Amino acid sequence: MRPITAEGASEAVPGRTYAAGLAEGRLLFQECGDCWRAVFFPRVACPHCGGRALRYRESRGFGTVYATTSVYRRSGEPYDVSLIDLDEGFRMMSRVDGPPAEDVEVGMRVRFAVETVDGEPVAVFRPAANGDGPTTGARR
Amino acid sequence: MTGTDQVGGPTKGRIAVVGVAESDLGKVTDGLTPLDLAAQAAGAALAEAGLTKDDVDGLFSASSYHPNATLEVGEYLGIRPRYSDGSSIGGSSFVSHLLHAAAAIEAGMCEVALIAYGSTQRSDGGRLITPSRPMPYEAPYHPRFPVSMYALAASRHMYEYGTTREQLAEVAVAAREWARLNPKAFLRDPLTVEDVLASRMVSSPLTVRDCCLVTDGGGAVVVTSAERARDLRGDPIYLLGGGEAHHHRNISQMPDLTVTAAVDSGSRAFAAAGLLPEDVDVVQLYDAFTVNVLLFLEDLGFCEKGEGGAFVSGGRIAPGGELPVNTNGGGLSYCHPGMYGIFVVIEAVRQLRGEGGDRQVAGAQVALAHGNGGVLSSQVTALLGTAAALG
Ligand SMILES: [Zn+2]
Repeated sequence: MRPITAEGASEAVPGRTYAAGLAEGRLLFQECGDCWRAVFFPRVACPHCGGRALRYRESRGFGTVYATTSVYRRSGEPYDVSLIDLDEGFRMMSRVDGPPAEDVEVGMRVRFAVETVDGEPVAVFRPAANGDGPTTGARR
Repeated sequence: MTGTDQVGGPTKGRIAVVGVAESDLGKVTDGLTPLDLAAQAAGAALAEAGLTKDDVDGLFSASSYHPNATLEVGEYLGIRPRYSDGSSIGGSSFVSHLLHAAAAIEAGMCEVALIAYGSTQRSDGGRLITPSRPMPYEAPYHPRFPVSMYALAASRHMYEYGTTREQLAEVAVAAREWARLNPKAFLRDPLTVEDVLASRMVSSPLTVRDCCLVTDGGGAVVVTSAERARDLRGDPIYLLGGGEAHHHRNISQMPDLTVTAAVDSGSRAFAAAGLLPEDVDVVQLYDAFTVNVLLFLEDLGFCEKGEGGAFVSGGRIAPGGELPVNTNGGGLSYCHPGMYGIFVVIEAVRQLRGEGGDRQVAGAQVALAHGNGGVLSSQVTALLGTAAALG
């Protein structure tokens, strides 16, 4: 049965659209058609201006570590949890894979990759060379 | 920005706190429930005011155990409120309840408000009890809730301002020195900066000694109009001003990890009270983690942004220091049953009444009580004062 949608709203389920992108190896975010700012996590209304004309865009996948922590366990090596600022102007939580967790630093350039965890695709990041990717991609 | 710069808030001096109490704290007798502890505290706070449960017509509570907390507390205590507020915005909820109670009393919706809380999270396994569920966009990365979120904020503060782990440790050491003066504090052994740095890393840069305790405990606060307060037992402690604010729920949505919504809650509170940070004699901040204290001292205007680390160094917030902060020992060393906010109000009131014992700040007339909830999410600031502070 076709759902009855709110006026001006998309029928797309934001979380599913994002997950479908990841399954194809793409990192999707939204861009507001009213204020042109980037939006993440995906949703049906823009948190900046309240607009509802949100469109999906594919990130080029380059970003910078905004904040980072190594989470310690009773046994085994600590693992990384970081907040990544993507060049398109949105932030997401993720993990930097590759270096030991304690070597991940704020300001490190990173590049998006997909890993499968428990059968689900998950966005992760790996160190990128300094200067990799566009440097002026963020919209303000 | 519409609607964010208005002052409003409680009218200075119209509302008073007339009773505060803790329940059993620390590790309570096996079998006691969160509601038992809330009721212990409520009974003691009402008795202190010379009131009974039948005087209460406004009921305020929040709980990690009971989503409909005021229903549970009301049923248990036999209170039939005409005003019921179970607002739950995390550990700051009870400071928020104080402001909401003031608004309700000023509006004539109730006259005697009881704020009550209880938790047995230590007895229940020694881990934070929380109704929070991981956000789908954060869950795959397994941040340890909530410490990893605060660790992220600490990492950014260190990056932007050169804050050090030693400076964070100073907060834990100051809290412990205050706790050593408080017979009710859970941890009272000596603690040094070196001890903090050498303790078990949990989520870098935060060690277990940068993290609050996991204890049992409850608290209660009784609030009424200044007129009614004058007829009651004891010296009323007046609400001078208050403000609340939140900008995010999840840490990945926090706009700037070095600036909390305490910037807004604090400026609203100071504007309502007509006071400045230098007018405050004693400060109670929700120190779930050491980094909180740096952030709140900055955001509430006690020092410039980025200078919190230097501000707390050299024992400046410890006993004998320039600014007494968390004189009960805080969530780091005194008590932290999961939602600590009610205890910042209780200790602020005790200091203003001169009941601090060995930890009393001489001549304290104005106190700031600040609650934090979620992951630096909700921020609520209350300024309280003695009759002399009304000017
Ligand atoms: Zn917009």
